[in-house]
Amino acid sequence: MAAVLSPSAPKPAAARSKALWLHPAAKPLLFVVCLLPFAWLLYGAFADALGANPAEALIRSTGDWTLRFLCITLAVTPLRVITSQPALLRFRRMLGLFAFFYVVLHFLAYSWLDMGFDLEAITRDIPKRPFALVGFLAFLLMIPLAATSFNRAIKALGAKRWQTLHKLVYGIVLLGLLHFFWMKAAKNNFAEVAVYAVVIAVLLGWRLVRRIRSGPAR
Amino acid sequence: MHYRKDRGFDHGVASEITPRGVYEGRRDLLKLIAAGGGMALGPWALRDAMAQTARPGKLAALPGTRSAIAGGVTMEKVTSYTDITSYNNYYEFGTDKAEPAQNAGSLKTRPWTVAVEGEVKKPKVYDIDELLKLSAMEERIYRMRCVEGWSMVIPWVGYSLAELIKRVEPTGNAKFVEFTTLADSKQMPALSSNVLAWPYVEGLRMDEAMNPLALLSFGLYGEVLPNQNGAPLRLAVPWKYGFKSGKSIVKIRFTDKQPATSWNLAAAREYGFYSNVNPKVDHPRWSQATERRIGEGGVFAKKRPTLMFNGYEPQVGQLYAGMDLQKYF
Repeated sequence: MAAVLSPSAPKPAAARSKALWLHPAAKPLLFVVCLLPFAWLLYGAFADALGANPAEALIRSTGDWTLRFLCITLAVTPLRVITSQPALLRFRRMLGLFAFFYVVLHFLAYSWLDMGFDLEAITRDIPKRPFALVGFLAFLLMIPLAATSFNRAIKALGAKRWQTLHKLVYGIVLLGLLHFFWMKAAKNNFAEVAVYAVVIAVLLGWRLVRRIRSGPAR
Repeated sequence: MHYRKDRGFDHGVASEITPRGVYEGRRDLLKLIAAGGGMALGPWALRDAMAQTARPGKLAALPGTRSAIAGGVTMEKVTSYTDITSYNNYYEFGTDKAEPAQNAGSLKTRPWTVAVEGEVKKPKVYDIDELLKLSAMEERIYRMRCVEGWSMVIPWVGYSLAELIKRVEPTGNAKFVEFTTLADSKQMPALSSNVLAWPYVEGLRMDEAMNPLALLSFGLYGEVLPNQNGAPLRLAVPWKYGFKSGKSIVKIRFTDKQPATSWNLAAAREYGFYSNVNPKVDHPRWSQATERRIGEGGVFAKKRPTLMFNGYEPQVGQLYAGMDLQKYF
C-alpha cells in the first residue's frame, strides 16, 4: 500500500480517464445505457406503471428523450475540446442515432396512440397545427442525417459535404425546442422549456464564440 | 377537418346520443325486479339501483342519494378512485398532473368560508358546515372531459348550484356568476409560478349556473373531496371542459358583466369563456373530436369520439339555441 501512495508523480487525471474512454467495453456499455429509457417505457407500458394516462406519458417521454439525446450529441464536441479528449468523438454517432431512435418512437407513439394509425387523419392533423408541423419537420430533417451516418456514406459524400449536411443538426435542435415550447405554451408552462433553452443556448453559443475567435478560416 | 356551415344551434347526430328512455328504462327495470321481492335477484338488483358508489375508505364519509335529475347519473364505468385522485390539473399545487396529489396535503379546508355577494338581495358569508347542510346531498355520476383531450367518469357528491343561488335571491342585474378560488401562497407551493394570474377565476352565465346539472360538489366516491380534487367544495359543470369547474371556491359573485376568467385572460384564442365541450371546434393545438378515457383498455385503447356538450345536449342544448358556437367557443 505504502508503495502505491508513494510521492512519485500521480498520473494526470486526463490520462486515467482517457484509458476509461478507450476501454473496449465503453461503447457497448453506453449503448445499453442509452437503451434504458426505452426499456423503462416498454416495461411501464406493459406493467401499467406509466400513471393514469400511459399513452400521453409514452408520447411525451419519447419526445423528451429525443430532445435530451440531441443535446447530449451536441455536447460531445464542446466536451471533447474543453477536456482535450479527442477520443470522445467515437461516441457521437451512436448518440445521434439514439436521438433518431427516440424521435422515430415519438412519431410512432403519436401516430398510433393519438391517431390510431389513421393516415388520412395524420396528414390532416400535422399541417393544421404549427407545433406539430415544426416537430414533424425536425423529424424529417433527421432522416438524411441518420441515413448518412455509416462510413461508406461519409466516403461517398466526401468529408466536406458530409459535414455541411450534418450541420442540419443545429436547425433540428432549434425546431425541436420550438416544438416543445409551442406545446407547453398551450398551458403557459415554460419552466421545463427554459431548462432546455439554456442548455441549447450554451451548446450553440459555445460553437458561435469558437467560430468568431478562430476567424474566417474555419 | 370539414365543418358544416353554421346554422345556429346544431344538433349532434341523433344516433350518438343515448336516448333518455334507454338508460332510465334500465334503472326502472332493476327497480321493478327489486320490487318483485320474492325473486332471488331482488336484493342484488335493489342494491344496484339505489346504492351509492362503494367508498374507498380513505376520507370522511359524505353520503348522497343517487340523483334523479335527467342526466344526473351516467351508467358508464366509473373511473378508478386512484386515477381520479392522482391525475389532476390543480396548478396551485404544481403543473405536473401527479403534483397536486403530492403537494395538496398543505391545504387547510377548515375553517372555510365562501362569500356570496354582488347582485343579490341576500349576500352572505357561508361557513362550509352550513353549506354542507344547505340542501340534500346527491350522488351524481358525470363524465368529465378535460380540454387536453382526456376524460373520466366521476361519482360526485353534492347538490345543484341552483339551490344556493335561490337562497341568496339574485337581483335582475345578475347576468353572470364569477367563482374565485383560493390563492394562498402559504398553503399552495406553486403559486409563485406565473403560469396564470392568481387567484384562479371562472364564470358561468346565469342560466348555465341555474341549470340543475351545474353541481356544487363537496365529495366523490361517497367521501369528502380529496384536497387535490378541490376540497372542500368545487364546481362540476359536466357539459363544459374541466377547467371551467373551479376548485376550492372561496367567493361566488353575481355580476352584470361577463367575468374575466383565468384561462381566457391567459390565451383568449385558445380558451373561450363558454368552453362547452364541442367536438367540432378544435383547440388550436389539437383536435377535440376524440378523447382518451382514463383507465379504459390500457395504453393501446382506441380513443372515443367526443360528444356535443359532452353528451349532455338533451339537458343543456337549449341554453345555446341560436348561438354561433364556432364564435362563442
